[in-house]
Amino acid sequence: MIDVAFWFVVILTLGSALIVVLNEKLVYSAIALLFTLFGVASLYVFLWADFLAGAQVVIYVGGILVLIIFGIMLTNRITSVNISHTSVQKGMGGVAVLGIIIVLGIMILNTPWYQTEFVEPAQTTATIGTLLMMEYLLPFEVASLLLLAALIGAAMLSRSGE
Amino acid sequence: MTVDNLINWFPFGTEWPVLTFVTAVIICALPVFLFIAVYALVAIYAELKISSFMQDKVGPMGQGVGLHAWKFGILQPVADALKLILKEDIIPDLADKKLFVMAPFIVFVGAFISFAALPFGQNIIIADMNIGIFYILAVGSLSVIGIILAGWSSNNKWSLYGGMRSAAQIISYEIPAGLSIISIVMLTGTLSMQGIIEFQSGTIWGVLPNWIIFNNPFSFIAFFIFFISGVAECNRTPFDIPEAESELVAGAFTEYSGMRYAFFFLSEYAEMFVISAIAVTAFLGGWNSPISGFMNSSGWGVFWFMLKSLSLIFLMIWFRWTLPRLRVDQLMSICWKVFLPFSLVNIFGVGIWSLLVG
Repeated sequence: MIDVAFWFVVILTLGSALIVVLNEKLVYSAIALLFTLFGVASLYVFLWADFLAGAQVVIYVGGILVLIIFGIMLTNRITSVNISHTSVQKGMGGVAVLGIIIVLGIMILNTPWYQTEFVEPAQTTATIGTLLMMEYLLPFEVASLLLLAALIGAAMLSRSGE
Repeated sequence: MTVDNLINWFPFGTEWPVLTFVTAVIICALPVFLFIAVYALVAIYAELKISSFMQDKVGPMGQGVGLHAWKFGILQPVADALKLILKEDIIPDLADKKLFVMAPFIVFVGAFISFAALPFGQNIIIADMNIGIFYILAVGSLSVIGIILAGWSSNNKWSLYGGMRSAAQIISYEIPAGLSIISIVMLTGTLSMQGIIEFQSGTIWGVLPNWIIFNNPFSFIAFFIFFISGVAECNRTPFDIPEAESELVAGAFTEYSGMRYAFFFLSEYAEMFVISAIAVTAFLGGWNSPISGFMNSSGWGVFWFMLKSLSLIFLMIWFRWTLPRLRVDQLMSICWKVFLPFSLVNIFGVGIWSLLVG
């Protein structure tokens, strides 16, 4: 049963990821990315990482993807629907992809994966919260400081004309 | 009632896994779809009637497709729905056809899948997830993408402006709404919708219901920030600048007609319900009765939940017909200069409050 859902999600993710890369219209790539990101979020759900899946959707779909689409829409004249990105050197690219697939495949097959038993963890968010606030407090605060600096920097840049 | 329970319950579950899965999903999805459709009809009728009462004009009086059988224009929403279904589906020549066709469905799916985590009653919830309220806030971002797509693919300036304004508005107002919810999560210590409601059973000093809105002064403010931001996220008046008909025709939906327009329409009403339902769950006690111990069984839970949600929807309709539209700059400055600082103070205040009092 879970297999059915799993393979559906896998096909959705990989199929839309292929569209992202191969489609020549930039907007279509962005929209296909929506399905890829949702697929990845669903894969997190299969790993019982529900909070991570939610965060993936909030940050990537609600934030980054919207930003990408905004970027595409704002940098184009409204009448030109044909914004395209063409691929060059497909042969060489194919060889490189094949090489990466082989290396990754060998690595995946030879890694001793850590396996947990198939039970739903009692709580996911509470553990993440405790870890963030106790063990990883410093990296957490450093990351938030970095984001704050980026925020102020963005505001500065957009106001530079005044 | 969850998808998992249904799957386990099916007798042919092990032999036909695909069939079982698809059937279980359909069994869960179909009532939600029917609910949205029926509720939208009621809401459209209410919108027409309430607007007429508020503006002292004559609302729909008799409508009967040649029958004139029903009073008070009760068949008006049915006629509207029939009209939308039968209308010609027009796709502009210069539109990006694939995206144009896809956009209404993305918007509708964004509103539709939120219903999976709405607690209609003690036992009536499709999936009581650990991260329920976070899930609803997360999938809401789908609608933004749908609306941008609708605006862009229509390939005209009104749609594009409408789509951009709408996206900017929804993204901005998601922040105060999300921060208000965070202050609630800090109080209850759970993201599960049922968990948040269970936190609110009982009374304060034996008089007030133990709802989060009455829990402390900060959560009282958080409710209003959340609800107003929610109205803004639905793009309804006074925040309907994305589809301001006097300047943008109909915003992102300008080129849409027939069923495709109906889907946008449905999702607007569905989103209104979702926002109201979250507000009811997070602040107004969900399916808990307002008077402790009075009509508090699981059957009445549905009644209370619907009553509270529909009251909030009435409030939204009230807003729409009494308040003028905000300008873009006012809209953004309210969000970023008023709501955002207030909700940040709220988070801090709730933290201090739960340390000192709770």
